[in-house]
Amino acid sequence: MEHTPILIVLVPLTSALLIPFLAMGGGRFARAGLLFATAGSLLSSILALRASLEGEVLSYHVGGWPPPWGIEIVIDPLSGVMATLVSFLAVLAAFYSGPYLSGWTARRTGTFCSLFALLVTGLQGIVVTGDLFNLYVFLEISSISAYALLSSGGSKSVVAVFRYLLIGTVAASFYLIGVGYLYAMTGTLNMADMAARLPETSDSPVIVVAVSFIVIGLAIKAALFPLHGWLPDTYTYAPGPVIGFVAAVMTKVSAYALYRILFYVFVAGTGPREPLLLLGWASVIAVVAGSLMALAQKDVQRMLAYSSIGQMGYIMLGIAIGTPLALTGALLHVVNHAVMKGCLFMVVNGVQWRLGVFRVRDFAGMGRRLPLTMAAFTVAALSMIGLPPTAGFFSKYYLALAALESGYIPFLAALILSSLLGAVYFFRVLEKVYLSPENVEKTRDTSELPLPMLAPILTLAVLVLLLGVFNQTVVTELIQPGLPS
Amino acid sequence: MEAETLSVVNYWLAASLFLIGLYGILARPHLVRKLMAMNILQVAVIVFFIILGYKSDATPPIVRQGDETPIARNYINPLPHTLMLTAIVVSVSTTGVALALLIRIHRRFGTLDESELIEKLK
Repeated sequence: MEHTPILIVLVPLTSALLIPFLAMGGGRFARAGLLFATAGSLLSSILALRASLEGEVLSYHVGGWPPPWGIEIVIDPLSGVMATLVSFLAVLAAFYSGPYLSGWTARRTGTFCSLFALLVTGLQGIVVTGDLFNLYVFLEISSISAYALLSSGGSKSVVAVFRYLLIGTVAASFYLIGVGYLYAMTGTLNMADMAARLPETSDSPVIVVAVSFIVIGLAIKAALFPLHGWLPDTYTYAPGPVIGFVAAVMTKVSAYALYRILFYVFVAGTGPREPLLLLGWASVIAVVAGSLMALAQKDVQRMLAYSSIGQMGYIMLGIAIGTPLALTGALLHVVNHAVMKGCLFMVVNGVQWRLGVFRVRDFAGMGRRLPLTMAAFTVAALSMIGLPPTAGFFSKYYLALAALESGYIPFLAALILSSLLGAVYFFRVLEKVYLSPENVEKTRDTSELPLPMLAPILTLAVLVLLLGVFNQTVVTELIQPGLPS
Repeated sequence: MEAETLSVVNYWLAASLFLIGLYGILARPHLVRKLMAMNILQVAVIVFFIILGYKSDATPPIVRQGDETPIARNYINPLPHTLMLTAIVVSVSTTGVALALLIRIHRRFGTLDESELIEKLK
């Protein structure tokens, strides 16, 4: 029990190293290893979250070195919720990848599972660490394994990922320089220790420079417009088994890291406001531009990628406004968007896997072929638009209230405009799915998706509804304890 | 005074390296050159951290025998330097993955020039 916090990271890390050896005995051992890695991480996350919700912040000193000298792992309600979210989606994605992997050689399966476990390690590490430099290392672990995984989707994906690698490394370097400035000013890398020391130096221009570097670095990783250039191509050509997971959590974890640094290291509101306001306007443009670009796409996966850029804008908008109401909305949207975008990407890749089609017009009549899958797609799409009682409505509601309350009327206008645009581009697909006649040739296998793919999709769709219906409980029990005090 | 001027020059050097790297990534058309520019950018960050820990007239932080009351001012700060060992490892791994990607791009498209690649991807 004492070691639960470190197990969140250690279980997937050890599994990642063991899986290549397991794969020598056959692909199914590698898959079992991956399931063990993700499930182990989920179990320790839930245990840690439960302990932290009882009011006790778990602090684990890696290697027995007390902070600020050693690396600290911190599980407060905020990181507990994020860790549970990441590992829950990882478990679902591990199940979902089963049908893809069954046709692969043992060696390829082993490589895939090992990289996937490493990606989970990196993301969980970012979530739980209490050390700024350690965060950089985990950021690079998750990025490097993501480059390798995403580039396995064919020759176009390799070019897209090379570009992502260059941009991602620039982002990490920006972040690291920001950390360097903060270290020079405070002499510490531990987040809590730095938060205690920063007020002494808060009016120094060095701090403004440091915040700007960190915000730019993490905003690139979170694909905030206009720093989103790597995302559309990378997501469009990405291989099916991983994109559901990557699209659901990777950008969100970067947004979480930004939130953690802006509100827990620079104690809420005392940090410089200028970078935050700039962030707010960038988000407004992101929200509108992402939706407009999504509207113009013929490829469903690319449409979802652009819609992700718009949705990241919502989260950043909440962070930029920075009132408790806005932060509630932003955090709720992190959870909601991960669940619904994961569901949508899994559906689209499932359709591509079963029928080999990916354009909007190919979805004609899909509602009769894959009724359950398309029902899940519809629920998630309605939630993206923001119709009650789905989850998406409530996070947008909180954000809209916060924008109104703080007097940022342009922000509110952008939210409403983007919701309308969202309704247009999702109903464009839904109209094809339910109202158009089928146009895929009859010879193909058109039965429902296999259970390992269908079950995660349906779980996420049900979760979208549950998060909406029990919204009050979710906000008061899970989200609000994660706000900065 | 002289030492101070020198350290300011050091920071200018790190900043110029950073900008050279950024320019190379944005402006050079050849993917290998972009990768080299990326490495220059990473080196700039490493140099920046090393300057942070450096002091003139100081020794590595190993207390000499017989020095009963060691004074921190006489020793350089080793922490930024050890951090950079990790950053170097990260940089090497990123370069490794990037080179592997470049080999696959070259095998498939027969070129590493960005404009030719965009032409072939259409």
